[in-house]
Amino acid sequence: MIAATLPEPDDFEAWREEARRLVTQGHAPHEVSWREAGESADLFAARPAPSPAPAPSPAPATSTRTVRANRTFLERARLAILHRDGARLDLLYRILWRLQDEPRLLDDPADPDACALHALVRQVRRDIHKMRAFVRFRAVRDATGDPHYLAWFEPDHRIERANAAFFRDRFASQRWSILTPRLTLHWDGKSLNEAPPARREDVPAHDATEDLWLGYYRAIFNPARLKVGAMVKEMPRRYWKNLPEAAQIPALIAGAQQREVRMIASGSGPAENAPPASREALAQALAQCRRCPIGCNGTAPVPGEGPLSPQLLILGEQPGDTEERTGRPFVGPAGELLDTHLAHAGIAREQAYVTNAVKHFKFERQGKRRLHQNPTANEIDHCRWWLEAERALVRPRAVLALGASAGRALLGRTPSIGRERGGPIPLPDGTPMWLTVHPSYLLRLDGAAGTRETERFKADLALVSAHLAREHPLHTPA
Amino acid sequence: MPQLSVLERLEILADAAKYDASCASSGTSKRDSRDGKGLGSTAGMGICHAYAPDGRCISLLKLLLTNHCIFDCHYCVNRKSSNVRRARFTPREVVDLTLSFYRRNYIEGLFLSSGIVRTASHTMEQLIEVARSLREDHDFRGYIHLKTIPEAEPELVERAGRWADRVSINVELPTEQGLARLAPDKKAPQIEGAMGTVRDAIIAGKDAKARYRSAPRFAPAGQSTQMIVGADATSDTQIVERASTLYRGFGLRRVYYSAFSPIPSASAVLPLKRPPLLREHRLYQSDWLIRFYGFSTSDVRRAAGPEGMLPLDIDPKLAWALESREIFPVDLNRAPREMLLRVPGLGTKAVDAILAARRHRTLRLEDVARLTVSVRKLRPFVTTADWRPVALLDRADLRAQLAPRPRQLELFA
Repeated sequence: MIAATLPEPDDFEAWREEARRLVTQGHAPHEVSWREAGESADLFAARPAPSPAPAPSPAPATSTRTVRANRTFLERARLAILHRDGARLDLLYRILWRLQDEPRLLDDPADPDACALHALVRQVRRDIHKMRAFVRFRAVRDATGDPHYLAWFEPDHRIERANAAFFRDRFASQRWSILTPRLTLHWDGKSLNEAPPARREDVPAHDATEDLWLGYYRAIFNPARLKVGAMVKEMPRRYWKNLPEAAQIPALIAGAQQREVRMIASGSGPAENAPPASREALAQALAQCRRCPIGCNGTAPVPGEGPLSPQLLILGEQPGDTEERTGRPFVGPAGELLDTHLAHAGIAREQAYVTNAVKHFKFERQGKRRLHQNPTANEIDHCRWWLEAERALVRPRAVLALGASAGRALLGRTPSIGRERGGPIPLPDGTPMWLTVHPSYLLRLDGAAGTRETERFKADLALVSAHLAREHPLHTPA
Repeated sequence: MPQLSVLERLEILADAAKYDASCASSGTSKRDSRDGKGLGSTAGMGICHAYAPDGRCISLLKLLLTNHCIFDCHYCVNRKSSNVRRARFTPREVVDLTLSFYRRNYIEGLFLSSGIVRTASHTMEQLIEVARSLREDHDFRGYIHLKTIPEAEPELVERAGRWADRVSINVELPTEQGLARLAPDKKAPQIEGAMGTVRDAIIAGKDAKARYRSAPRFAPAGQSTQMIVGADATSDTQIVERASTLYRGFGLRRVYYSAFSPIPSASAVLPLKRPPLLREHRLYQSDWLIRFYGFSTSDVRRAAGPEGMLPLDIDPKLAWALESREIFPVDLNRAPREMLLRVPGLGTKAVDAILAARRHRTLRLEDVARLTVSVRKLRPFVTTADWRPVALLDRADLRAQLAPRPRQLELFA
């Protein structure tokens, strides 16, 4: 086994000299072990080659055979050697060896070696391109008062030297330095120099113009079209730590949906579209509704359920955690309490149409839990369009509103439950409406207040039950 | 009103500029400043210096000189009747911003547009002044894209091309009726007239350059345009046909599509709902098929089906192939380039690799796998030395097999 050592991992000329010598001497690829200076000796260098034993290489023709390599190989090898993969040197040597007998080897992209070389080249090229894109200079004044532009960059591969000419040709008229963990490049306006590696802290922490750039990055982003995957594909996360603008990304993504909502809301009242013609259409259209922030929080809407032309429509505030997950109204703790009281009052829930003033679940995330939040008056008003579409389809003959939100959805103003409960309030279309508290209110009370409010709630339900019995003699308490 | 800071105005005027999709910095003449005099360089390939969470590249400083506007185009956030905050930059301020961003390697150059103040020609002169100052006063050699105002004097359009790498005039809407309804101040013949002026100037400039080395260059990166998708009821096939007319008629480098996105203070004439972003993507794909894959507009019509809308769940090439099963399978070892380009799953690079590889070997499926991203999609449509898809091609559920499975959207990704 012959050990071939490279003084610098990206020193192509040294590799070329050594490889030429080895090919001339007729050393087949499996006899040569390549390594970089400073790298510990190959553990296997002294051992026999791993099985299966490679076919015996063709005997070296002569010790003076000329080594052939075409331009394609040189071009690709110059790039591939910059790759961090330690196996690249063996691959390059193997290809060079094979080229002696197969001069057109690299013209066949389906050859496994040619394919592997191409993959290395592609990754190095991409890294070179990303360095050109993602280096960010910060300016400081030097001793003479002229600006000096400094940048810290961590490339994936050993491309710093190969990229120096690009920055020189672009910024020849300004002093700049690019600091990397491997080496530092300096341009003083006349010549390009190399210095030992530097640290991130050697670049100034701030640059006033950077604030403008951060502002530009925030403003040019269009929150109406979030495509995080497309961004990450082209700007992988490993580069983010050295991109000042990338620190803003999480906040921008979080704010995006909220911002879109505000844009839509500020530009429009409720849409003038025709209401859906069937309950299926309504449920479908509801899933698309983004007219208020709740519609955009990613939850599924909960449409109402129950028969058409029911005797009673029972209206709550909004779906809760359980309702959102099951897609049915009033199935959580408040729903269970409601069911108990309805049964007690002799109102058959399955004969009523049950729905909510607001169709989406508004919540605040706390750990893993989603805590209910009251909808704002504006959100209730936005959602009234849906409620009216629902009422037009379902045509209930009486309405029971649970809570002030439900009252607002029906009346267009926030009612006082204390003053307005007890008697039917005629809605604009003549339908009688009874108003009472929301059962979740009862769940929050205990002691004397709980007992008192529960009694009042029962009394309200009894009034509704009595009305139903009058209007619909077939309705009999169960 | 208190004077707004540079940062505040930058935010307003960049925010107003983001509905222009183009951010290309490619395809211009090669320049550098190795001589130590000017600033900047360009190569054939553009550089995207950053990406925003909307997936779009940030290559240029994209700004409006001002978002004050005397026009009232319904789809535009800067229309006269919109209540957005207004701001303006002086040409000098834009020049300084461009240079200081460029020196820090944030950008490849400038894409400048503007709302229309006083007159179209006055506005155009301001835009030209920015480009002139960058080039003449500062020897700026980076990329400049100027939006051209079709209502301005034709000689101003020509002056713009002297300083800019690319000029663009937006056709805005795919149909003349759409333009009349949504952009009452703009006239289709005027827009096309200005695009014609640019086309003629580009051809004349190239011609002069071929004869005299010292001839001034004119917009070496050519002209482009943009259409808004989803603000009216135009179908995909109508859009593609319109684009192809534009490519042919005006020698455009690119037609950009911008999915209509809900804008602040939207006008009541517009849909509130945005079209699926995927629609824009499918249009770009069909645009590519026409420009690089030898497809015709009638092929796209075939892919789009009777409604004239491209399917969203599968790409237009696959949609076309499923409608054209009679020409498949294609023999990867024999078929000419034009046929290989028609195979779903084969891009131009893969086709070139196949053509190169098959000079050296008879391709088997494993060879093809090395040359392409995935053979799974390919298999029903090709034959190789060891593969023949006969039964697969005739299956009625082929589409279902190849379309991506419907995926539950991640709520809090």
